[in-house]
Amino acid sequence: MSVIAYIESNDNKIKKSSLEAAYYASETAKIMETEAIAVALGTHDASELANLGQLGITKVLHDSNPKFDTFDSGAITKAIASIASNSDVVVISYNQNGKAIAPRVSVRMKAGLIPGASALPSLEGGFNVSKNVFSGKAIAHYQVNTAKKIIALTPNTLQLIKGEGTATIESVSSGVSDADFTTVIKGIEKTSGTVSLTEAELVVSAGRGLKGPENWGMIEELAKDMGAATACSRAVSDVHWRPHHEHVGQTGFTVRPNLYIAVGISGAIQHLAGVNGSKKIVVINTDSEAPFFKAADYGVVGDAFVVVPKLIEAYKKFKANSY
Amino acid sequence: MKILVPISKVPDTTSKIAFTDGNTKFATDNVTFILNPTDEWYALVRALEIVEKDGGTVTVIHQGEADSEQFIRKALAVGAHDAVRIDAPATDGYNVALNIYEYAKDKGFDLIITGKETIDYNGFQIGGMIAELMNVPFVTLASSLEISGGKATVGRDIEGGKEIVEVPTPCVISAQKGMAEQRIPNMKGIMSARTKPLVVVPAVAESFTNVKVYDMPAPKTACKMIDPENMDELVNLLHVEAKVI
Ligand SMILES: Cc1cc2nc3c(=O)[nH]c(=O)nc-3n(C[C@H](O)[C@H](O)[C@H](O)COP(=O)(O)OP(=O)(O)OC[C@H]3O[C@@H](n4cnc5c(N)ncnc54)[C@H](O)[C@@H]3O)c2cc1C
Ligand SMILES: Nc1ncnc2c1ncn2[C@@H]1O[C@H](COP(=O)(O)O)[C@@H](O)[C@H]1O
Repeated sequence: MSVIAYIESNDNKIKKSSLEAAYYASETAKIMETEAIAVALGTHDASELANLGQLGITKVLHDSNPKFDTFDSGAITKAIASIASNSDVVVISYNQNGKAIAPRVSVRMKAGLIPGASALPSLEGGFNVSKNVFSGKAIAHYQVNTAKKIIALTPNTLQLIKGEGTATIESVSSGVSDADFTTVIKGIEKTSGTVSLTEAELVVSAGRGLKGPENWGMIEELAKDMGAATACSRAVSDVHWRPHHEHVGQTGFTVRPNLYIAVGISGAIQHLAGVNGSKKIVVINTDSEAPFFKAADYGVVGDAFVVVPKLIEAYKKFKANSY
Repeated sequence: MKILVPISKVPDTTSKIAFTDGNTKFATDNVTFILNPTDEWYALVRALEIVEKDGGTVTVIHQGEADSEQFIRKALAVGAHDAVRIDAPATDGYNVALNIYEYAKDKGFDLIITGKETIDYNGFQIGGMIAELMNVPFVTLASSLEISGGKATVGRDIEGGKEIVEVPTPCVISAQKGMAEQRIPNMKGIMSARTKPLVVVPAVAESFTNVKVYDMPAPKTACKMIDPENMDELVNLLHVEAKVI
């Protein structure tokens, strides 16, 4: 009996999405009256792993085989399934890597998958987990009918609450052989210096209202000041004003930040499909009839070229006065 | 080169989402269905481009009832060579993956390309499940794909960038934006689609999960309008009221 969280690190730091998976696993373990354990594969920082204790993890099972540092969904699946063979629930963040692993682990362990959980499980009349469907326009309450369960957690679902504690680290061998690794990395293109969009807590996004790529300086400045990621509408990436990996919406990335600031974006339904899970939305638009205001928490009717510089100034002032 | 492209049918994004039977069933009245965009625009078109260059066939496969055949014909009109319909409603992701696997396991496909997700249930799961059932490599969220000498070279999105990876074929790839450009079927395509082979195969029933009930997210509170001259107020509200900065 136990709940297992799968942990990933980036540059020796545990990914925020994995911290969420750890916290979700320990909250689930409380509901199920059992223990929360973490699984880590490849290179990790030992003190980072031990700190998972602050999120309620009692023990970390670590296979430090460096082959795991090259992402290979098949090999990772085999390792997780082997280490978690006595566990009831496996929690994996549904980030980019999780989307490749969780479905495989589900099949390998014959364990029903919730692909994108949006809340903790409930044990009323079965094992139930809810998930957003129809791009956030509805919620489906799923029942998992298998003995073992895989929960793939949508990033930014839970607010982490840290306590005291240190997890013990136990070296394990997952029994994966070299032949299980079939992926070769040929190259990596980093979009350096920027905050990763799908994990970002704050996102500043802009659309065709900015008139041209030369006007993005103020968007980048605001984002940099706030420590936010930048995003854009499809209309903008289609004409190459901004790179495609910034495009959010139905055909781009889905984001769920705490704050989404939309500048000069009309709020077409296909755009909203990728952002309406955001906790708070600010819309800045010259047109008071722009559909985005219906989805917004705070609205500013005004010209971006006037409003955004004022917002940058106000934010700088706020930051200078806090602390 | 033999390529299999699983395709699904989904409500158009502009559809009104509602439920019937005590919120246990999706209300399909007045809903316009379309082929799932990533399947039609990216997975199918890239598969066609690959066989146009190197020779081979593209088979589309869909699990759904007879009223889905118009969508399968559309994929044939875009250019797929033949089609398979698994004759049952889709019950969950595992059920669809298992049925596709049951059909594909002994047919010698070199490549299976799915879409990244369906826009109704947003699963992102079926491609990975097929890969594990087949015991082959899987690359998800792929925005480019080249095949040569028994290897697939794939560009995939990772947090904060892009990674180019190589895996041996046969393999499963899930496709997203960037991989190809949408093709609009022409008259010749539409005419020839009518006579292209479409076989119907029975389904297995096994599944892992079911939806008990649906509900709607809490309605948004009205948008608070802020004076464009007063960005200090906006920042203050974001800090004090919304607690997001
Ligand atoms: C199948 C399909 C899938 C799609 N997928 C996506 C998707 O994933 N993501 C996506 O974003 N779109 C998607 N779209 C496109 C979508 O329908 C819209 O066309 C697109 O989002 C519009 O982008 P926009 O808001 O930047 O531009 P516009 O609609 O042109 O809006 C520009 C806005 O800027 C405002 N504005 C103008 N000047 C200023 C100023 N000086 N200051 C402030 N505001 C100003 C205008 O009032 C207007 O509201 C999809 C469409 C289809 C058909
Ligand atoms: N009913 C279906 N029949 C065939 N293929 C499907 C079906 N549903 C989904 N798929 C394929 O699986 C991909 C991922 O779907 P999902 O995991 O449901 O988000 C889709 O983009 C399709 O390529």
